[in-house]
Amino acid sequence: MRREGSALHGFGVVTLKEIADHFTSILVVVLVVLVVATAIAVVRGAIDQIKEITAEDPFLFLRLFTRGGPLPLVALLSFLVPLVAIGLGFDAVNGEHNRRTLSRILAQPIYRDALLFGKFAAGLFTLAVSLIVLWLLVIGLGLLGLGVPPNAEEMARALVLLVVTIVYAGFWFALALLCSVVFRSAATAALVALGLWLFLTVLWPLFSPALADAFTTASDILGVLDTRQAFARLSPSVLFNEIVAVVLDPSVRSTQQSMLAALGLALIERGAIPDAPIPLLQSVLIVWPQIVGLVAGSILLFVIAYVVFQRQEVRA
Amino acid sequence: MSANVIEAKNLTKRYNGVAVVKGISFAVARGEIFGLLGPNGAGKTTTILMLLGLSDISDGQARVLDHDPVREPLAVKRQVGYLPDQVGFYDNLTAAENLRYTARLMGLERAEREQRIKSSLAHVGLADVANNRVATFSRGMRQRLGLAEILMKEAQIAILDEPTSGLDPQATAELLNIIRDLKTQGVSVLLSSHLLERVQSVCDRVALFNQGNIALIGTVPELGRQVLGGGFRVEVEAAGEGLEQRIAAIPGVQRVEPAGANRFLLLADHDVRPEAAAAVVAAGGRLLRLSVEEPSLEAIYTRYFQTHEGELHAA
Repeated sequence: MRREGSALHGFGVVTLKEIADHFTSILVVVLVVLVVATAIAVVRGAIDQIKEITAEDPFLFLRLFTRGGPLPLVALLSFLVPLVAIGLGFDAVNGEHNRRTLSRILAQPIYRDALLFGKFAAGLFTLAVSLIVLWLLVIGLGLLGLGVPPNAEEMARALVLLVVTIVYAGFWFALALLCSVVFRSAATAALVALGLWLFLTVLWPLFSPALADAFTTASDILGVLDTRQAFARLSPSVLFNEIVAVVLDPSVRSTQQSMLAALGLALIERGAIPDAPIPLLQSVLIVWPQIVGLVAGSILLFVIAYVVFQRQEVRA
Repeated sequence: MSANVIEAKNLTKRYNGVAVVKGISFAVARGEIFGLLGPNGAGKTTTILMLLGLSDISDGQARVLDHDPVREPLAVKRQVGYLPDQVGFYDNLTAAENLRYTARLMGLERAEREQRIKSSLAHVGLADVANNRVATFSRGMRQRLGLAEILMKEAQIAILDEPTSGLDPQATAELLNIIRDLKTQGVSVLLSSHLLERVQSVCDRVALFNQGNIALIGTVPELGRQVLGGGFRVEVEAAGEGLEQRIAAIPGVQRVEPAGANRFLLLADHDVRPEAAAAVVAAGGRLLRLSVEEPSLEAIYTRYFQTHEGELHAA
């Protein structure tokens, strides 16, 4: 059965309204300011550290993201970006229900598609703007603090990081949106989303190796590592950290390199010079499956939210 | 185009196999105010949502302005204004901003939009508070803002779900006046309510819902005759000798009940006031008061549900 008219009629109107709501929402402003302030503090620490330890690192600028005391910037992002995304999305749909605006809006000549797409686009836009601002601030601070301009390769790698972080934020926003569709109470949606966030970013990386070892029969160390890695990758933050580790460090050739190093082993490839930098494209190719995984996860969550929302009853 | 703006045929809604609207049929004529009445949970809101295409139709069919709400929801929603039960607005926006958002969703051009927002807010008496945030609005003001949205839409049909519930008498009266205005502008109105007394004064025809069925349908006097029998209750206050027998002899009078000193209550199948007056005067009595009690919706409703209580519990 074909529907008459475009499913996206009203999409732009909804998107603009939602963006305006986000940027005037106290919750969102507080979250973004918090993340930006923390990030600046971390980067200042990183600058001091970089100045002390090295003067001849060819990828000095990238160290801005990966160095800095106990919590480098990328670790901070992998931990806090989900929080902002959940803050933006946990009451997107159930909020309309609870304010009793949903049936009135859907009685206008638009499809439900436009409402949900608009909300998703607006959330993603808001997250992207916040992350771009943060990224520019970090680059600016780096220029001022290090006094060395980044080279083209470094800028390209930093840009890849930005795009990947936006995708990562999109995953968590899609998760929050799904919770807001499934749960009528905003508090329930927020708690479930935060619970999943805590589980996936903190608990799963801790417990998944033990779980993996229970399932593996491999006797060699590489077989065990493979299984552990496969289990850990169910967490989006693990995927994000793998991508970041490879993209921001041209000397890394495998996502298992740090795990091997922790065991006192080094990755030896035939004909390769250890620690020699590899081109950006090669780095991206190594983590391409992880990037695709994050994108696919976001799409899957959004599709589930879409299907549930289409079948949902409008009445309270 | 047919004379009916809304036609429902055998409309049915089932949730998980349980029918909440059980094959109802009715039609609303152009320019009519049609009331859907019944207790909470009788299926009024579900019926409305099906007509708007906001809820799937399990069985039967609906036509709204010659469109099928299932297949052409946008065509229906472009021409139908809807005021939901306990309508909500974005509290952080002003009244005008709330209307501007829905006007954009309707696809109105900027100049047209601003002009319509202004005139519709003025119409419902909210022009002074157009730039106040809706958070400060009372329930009655929110309802009127909802009607302003329908006016702004220049809808041909206004569907109002429980428009007067929770309002004080003053606010109710104002709201009903705006609903009457809608009718004079040629808008057909479908409204649902369980507040009978108020609804009676605006509705041309009503449908009485009971457990997902339409139990009765028609004008209020028609329903009165159907449910209450006789229908007309004429009260005569007159002083004189032997009036009771004379009045009882008037053709059409079914029963006479004494109702205090010099007062009689007549149950008749039509308005017998002229005959009663003539009878009193002919008997040499003094006519003090003569009044007819219109059948009230309240009485019809109560009586209907009393007589059908057995069926209700059986069902």
